[in-house]
Amino acid sequence: MNLLNSLISGLSLGSVYAIIALGYTMVYGISKMLNFAHGDVIMVGGYMSFIMTMYVGMNGWLALLIAMAVCTLLGITIERLAYRPLRGTGSLAVLITAIGVSYFLQNTALLIWGANPRVFPSLLKGSEPIRLAGGKLIISQESILTIVAIVVIMVALTLFVNKTKAGKAMRAVSEDNGAAQLMGINVNQSISLTFAIGSGLAAVAGVLMCSAYPVLMPTTGAMPGIKAFTAAVFGGIGSIPGAMIGGLILGIIEIFAKSYISTELSDAIVFACLILVLLVRPTGLLGKKVSEKV
Amino acid sequence: MKTKFTKFAAAAMAVVMAFALAACGGGSNGGGSSEGGDNVLKLGGVGPITGPAALYGQAVEKGAKLAVEEINAANPDGVQLSFDMQDDEHDAEKAINAYNKLVDDGMQVLVGTVTSTPCTAVATEADANRTFALTPSASAPDVTEGHDNVFQLCFSDPNQGVASAQYVLGNFADAKVGVIYNNSDNYSSGIFSKFKAEYKNAIEETTFTSDSATDFTAQLSTLKNAGVDLVFLPIYYTEASIILDQAKKMDYAPKFFGCDGMDGILDLEGFDTSLAEGLMLLTPYTPYSEDAKSKAFTEAYQAAYNETPIQFAADAYDCVYAIYEAFGKTGLETSASMEEICEALIGVFTGDFTVSGVTAESMKWNANGEVEKTPKVCEIQDGKYVEK
Amino acid sequence: MADRILKSISTRGLKNAVRGSEYKKEALISYGILIAGYLVLQMGAMMGLIGRNLQGQFIPICVYISLAISLNLVVGISGELSLGHAGFMAVGAFTGAIVTRVLENGMTFAPARLLIALIISGAMAALAGFIIGLPILGLRGDYLAIVTLAFGEIIRNIMNVLYFGLDENGHLKFAFNHEIEGIENSGRILTGPIGATGVSKIATFTYAALLTAFTLFVVLNIKNSKQGRAIMAIRDNRIAGESIGLNVKKYKLMAFVVSASLAGMAGCMFGQNFSTLAPVKFNFNTSVLILVFVVLGGIGNIWGGMIAAALLTILPEALRQFSDYRMLAYSIVLIVVMIATYNPTIKSRVNALWTKVNPFKAKDKEGDKDRKRKKSGKEAA
Repeated sequence: MNLLNSLISGLSLGSVYAIIALGYTMVYGISKMLNFAHGDVIMVGGYMSFIMTMYVGMNGWLALLIAMAVCTLLGITIERLAYRPLRGTGSLAVLITAIGVSYFLQNTALLIWGANPRVFPSLLKGSEPIRLAGGKLIISQESILTIVAIVVIMVALTLFVNKTKAGKAMRAVSEDNGAAQLMGINVNQSISLTFAIGSGLAAVAGVLMCSAYPVLMPTTGAMPGIKAFTAAVFGGIGSIPGAMIGGLILGIIEIFAKSYISTELSDAIVFACLILVLLVRPTGLLGKKVSEKV
Repeated sequence: MKTKFTKFAAAAMAVVMAFALAACGGGSNGGGSSEGGDNVLKLGGVGPITGPAALYGQAVEKGAKLAVEEINAANPDGVQLSFDMQDDEHDAEKAINAYNKLVDDGMQVLVGTVTSTPCTAVATEADANRTFALTPSASAPDVTEGHDNVFQLCFSDPNQGVASAQYVLGNFADAKVGVIYNNSDNYSSGIFSKFKAEYKNAIEETTFTSDSATDFTAQLSTLKNAGVDLVFLPIYYTEASIILDQAKKMDYAPKFFGCDGMDGILDLEGFDTSLAEGLMLLTPYTPYSEDAKSKAFTEAYQAAYNETPIQFAADAYDCVYAIYEAFGKTGLETSASMEEICEALIGVFTGDFTVSGVTAESMKWNANGEVEKTPKVCEIQDGKYVEK
Repeated sequence: MADRILKSISTRGLKNAVRGSEYKKEALISYGILIAGYLVLQMGAMMGLIGRNLQGQFIPICVYISLAISLNLVVGISGELSLGHAGFMAVGAFTGAIVTRVLENGMTFAPARLLIALIISGAMAALAGFIIGLPILGLRGDYLAIVTLAFGEIIRNIMNVLYFGLDENGHLKFAFNHEIEGIENSGRILTGPIGATGVSKIATFTYAALLTAFTLFVVLNIKNSKQGRAIMAIRDNRIAGESIGLNVKKYKLMAFVVSASLAGMAGCMFGQNFSTLAPVKFNFNTSVLILVFVVLGGIGNIWGGMIAAALLTILPEALRQFSDYRMLAYSIVLIVVMIATYNPTIKSRVNALWTKVNPFKAKDKEGDKDRKRKKSGKEAA
């Protein structure tokens, strides 16, 4: 029963990592850049949703939509102002700029919303956990929501990328930027769209993460961002199912390491597993060839 | 191409730097809150204004500024105070830079630094350079150890660990005790190691690190399965609020017992205070105290900043008053040098000087620089602190 | 002969062959910056022109310059992205703290203690670099980056549970995950998350500058050696490098280990500048900071990285007057400078401007023609 409880905690944490990882993986797939500011977009999403529910008095789900809209705009703006001028100059320059954007978002949030932590109102506020096996197995509804959300998002994204015109254009750009342009695909638009989707998902991730782990601070997104990045690489960066599997496995390893090995060294164990996986499969679990890229 | 473009990089950076440095020379320090005449004692503060610990540094800045304004307004013809707070990002290297900057600007007494690890680094510098330092909140023993010029206004970590253990032994003798502490944090691990030494009985230990402070279900299940009915939480209220939330979702309701870092949990915006019902904590100050001084401070702080003060703010507020009163006893002029003031203040603080403030009545200091005050144990009932 | 083939594989190596003075020029500028910087700062401090705030940063600046130079060996010269440089710095810093404390009783001459500590720190960091480098250097670009990031985090996690201390007989005791029993407070060296306390602070500006000179010497020599050209040839064209029998893994590992070792020494010097040293200092942000120096200075450009390291260390201090807006200003400066340096349009405009005012115009034009010819040849191929 303990094992099952740990597994559910792991799946819940892993789903949060997975949604964040999806954003990393999509952006990497299309523009070959590590967008380290992604974690901070999550934080912005969390704050937007917080403000809408607590100050404006909106319903949590409506607030989520507004947070998604704001983050989508933010993502497009960041790409337009900070990343596009550096397109084609090698991944390192963009990487450093992304880190600059990350500092910028954190410090802006600190100035606007202050350093005091906020407790995030859960999307399912007041919901009772589900008790099974005579109360030995307890599953919070937030966990279920998060796990369902990642499955839905993953399926929807896969369909979008494979079936729609815009999705196909994104794949073409990620395969060969120049050739795609020659075929009449608007590369700028495709990249903007990717950032828009990735950032919109970041808002979802922010709300779900804060629903399950309710503290919101300007630095809230930083560490989950790094872990989700690890998850994306774990699953094979550039691959949508890979990001999901990577995230889930990472979450489960983290919780099991904490429960059964050592709470201090849980992060070390997670990262050691990553290294081992990459030694066996140098491009991650679902590396490039197995799956399509965005 | 390459070299040219790096030449440009260098040139661009040089322009930026020149701008920054030129502005540096021209600007006056914005932190001072007093523009009085010549009779000004310059206080400096060092603490995290940005970064993950910004919460504590900003509280100290606000509390200290409030005290400075009150003192200056109360006695416009007497000694006036100025206060300049510099950011250290909760990092020892930056803290030393901040301290050096304050010394360059003519600081005479240091209020700080706020957090323990940077404070330990600054204490060594301040000792060598003879600056008197009174820290509002750096509670690790390393802060004062071996430094005659560094004093603490908060209780030290060992002090709290011992007091908590004694209280638990005295009042929950039969309880099976467990702990969740932050292994990557000086404050948390410092309190726990003394608690463990004093408590002596078996403790179910679980830890976390600042990097993995989002999910506590693993720790909570370990404690739940071990049948722990009293959980000691020597951690800050930010993490504690998640722990309380997750414990409830797991149907786990032991007695939770925290230290002074727990204070502030009721005023967390959005926090469901019913989760904290029955939580016990050891604290020097509560915003709900009926004590006249505390009440006045809380009201003034709320009026000034539109938020409820946390303990860090109260400690900083007391620090400024303690320094002000001790300075009055030295008989020095404000024109005295930093070194003279340092030696004189050490004399006052190690003598029979006592000061009453928001966090305690008649605080006294021992030669080690530790404050002697008795912690109060409170329990949260109906969203209010009740003294035990 | 082999050397000449190497030169022809590496486009930059070829450039070296054509314009043999490139190496000398780079060495001259790099050493020049170091010596001039050292003299100006030292004299300024002596004459009381420089405040405590800047003086306090002399040693960190030297350390960060050393770190930037050593990371350039991996990122610039070997062409691999590393996000875990702070991990090696941590290994060096904590080894240094332990070694200097153990030697304190027997050895009163501080420089000798520092020297021994530097050597052991360098060796330990090299060992760490070897252990981590051996299995992973076969990985491609960004995957290598994430593994180095993971490694840096693992090191920091382990530092969080390490306890070292000296008992009353002066014997070194070691424990994992708990405090050591029977150690006096004064005998503690490493205390888990609190890190090293009571460090004797034997670093001085002169020692730090000498370490930077040593780092510079090692890296410049490697860059100009046969091995260095092999490394650069592999960077520029791995397949061609392999085809003439270069052991790709061996050369990459060499660069990685040397870089780690130099970072360890810099870490040791850094640690000896502060009385206390917590593991949290060596986190991902510090690794990234060092990478920012390298990228901002121009990847592979040694002296560019040196200048960037010095300026970016001073910048947050220079921005103190913005008080609450300081870190915001820092992030904006970082983004703007990155775009201004790397954006192709801005770059070419500035280059055009630079050619106009460049006093060495004639000489450079020749080089330009030479480069243009090569470039068009490359594109055609």
